Amino acid sequence: MQGPKYLFENEDHWVTNIGAWFPGERVIFRGKDLFHELKDLPWMGLLLYGITGKIPSDKQLRLFEGIWTLCTSYPDPRLWNNRVAALAGTVRSTAALAIGAANAVSEASIYGRRPDIRAIDFLLRTKCQLDKGADIEELVSKELKKYKFIPGYGRPITRKDERIEPLMALAGELGFNQGPHLKLAFAIEEILLKGRWRLYMNIAAVTAALAADQGLSRHEYYHYAVLSFSAGMFPCYLDALKKPEGAFFPLRCDRIKYEGKPRCAW
Amino acid sequence: MSKEREVIHSRIWEEIAEPDNPFAAATCYCSGYDVYGDLLGKVSWIEYLYLLLKQERPAPGKAKLLEGLAVAVANPGPREHSVRAAMCAGVGGSTSASSLMAALAVGAGQLNGAHEVVVAMTYWQDCGKNLMAWQKRLKHPLQEERADIWLPLEHPPGFDPHGASCATPVRQTLALLAKYHSEGVLTWLQQHRLELEAVANCPLAMSGVAAAAMIDLDFSVQQGEMLYLLLRLPGAAAHALEQQEYGWRRYPFFAHGLKLSTEPQL
Repeated sequence: MQGPKYLFENEDHWVTNIGAWFPGERVIFRGKDLFHELKDLPWMGLLLYGITGKIPSDKQLRLFEGIWTLCTSYPDPRLWNNRVAALAGTVRSTAALAIGAANAVSEASIYGRRPDIRAIDFLLRTKCQLDKGADIEELVSKELKKYKFIPGYGRPITRKDERIEPLMALAGELGFNQGPHLKLAFAIEEILLKGRWRLYMNIAAVTAALAADQGLSRHEYYHYAVLSFSAGMFPCYLDALKKPEGAFFPLRCDRIKYEGKPRCAW
Repeated sequence: MSKEREVIHSRIWEEIAEPDNPFAAATCYCSGYDVYGDLLGKVSWIEYLYLLLKQERPAPGKAKLLEGLAVAVANPGPREHSVRAAMCAGVGGSTSASSLMAALAVGAGQLNGAHEVVVAMTYWQDCGKNLMAWQKRLKHPLQEERADIWLPLEHPPGFDPHGASCATPVRQTLALLAKYHSEGVLTWLQQHRLELEAVANCPLAMSGVAAAAMIDLDFSVQQGEMLYLLLRLPGAAAHALEQQEYGWRRYPFFAHGLKLSTEPQL
């Protein structure tokens, strides 16, 4: 047993190169002086630098901004995470509680952060295997057999993902539309459209591929995406605030369809 | 043209509306019991909690076990990470909800947190009361091939990687809870604790006792996770309120604890 060795070592002692605040003087952000060396960086640049430790290029900034603008923030209060923000608004909770909770909810299994990390993970794993000489059709088939689905492919409600076209236009404009992971993502779609699968690609595969082509790791990509839905949450919260309190999709008592045990006494 | 309205399906809850307002409930039934007409005044909070989660009245032993667990984990104390998170909200004058959200976010984790309980419960489901199976699993934990929002566990689930020996409160809790179910895994854990600790190379933690208790209560992994999150909130609330009174000037800032390094770190 190692016992409390690391606790003794770190008691009142945290060595870091991430940053520090020198009250009244300066701030060091990942080794750089915030007010001098990073002052011209847009917020997206600071976010990416904080996550990856690398200053993104102007084209990368436009790509990562563009993904957020085009693909992430739909202000539809019916969507599960946005609904949390709208519910917070209708009961007059605070904006930060609304957005904090809605972002936490965005770490979902059927949309959002889990498919995001699983999509980039699949592309990186597959690319690695292909580079070693594996067969792409076999890899796809094996993955489907093992996990029943591939994140980034297939979409409930509609086949077509309306975000792919505008994002690909941006990627083309920036010269990022020929990257190896992006090509792989489309090649996988071709395989999945054949045979009985009939699975169309959705935006999660495209954004993951673009990020992988820019050298983001699995977790860097996941961390980049954590706040990405935020812009759609504020309008949902604000809209509910403007209307009478409690008025957001109210439910009558009989909208609960009880399917449990019969009535009884304790 | 009237469309059929969507409903909430529930095995737990049924409501009968007030005659003058379909949006106000006159009677609420929980698993068939009239909550305000029958349960209120008869049922204990723990019994009601069990009823909500399991949709059945707990046997006396089960209620005692859940009550014991609830008291044991209600306050991990102000040094514990999730409580510290709540106190950070408290000392800064943040909202009460953010205190509890902070406690939930940190208490959800994998070091004495709810996700550790999840993994420990899956170990119990797989290994049961089979020492050989436990030894094998602890020596060769399951490895997930895919990346996930949860990182791989860094220590055997339910054990304390920084412990020197099994902490007294953990042993006291295990001894008490094991009494409520002589055939259960808690009793087996008590009998085989030392052997398991030797294989895990670290002592049993409260999260390990909680996981075993959830198994003896026949809770699913998801129910166990929710309960562990829920049952640890009282301490977070109490300490957040206390530190709010003391104020940030009397709360540790680790003024001389941070050492800014220019060395690259992994």
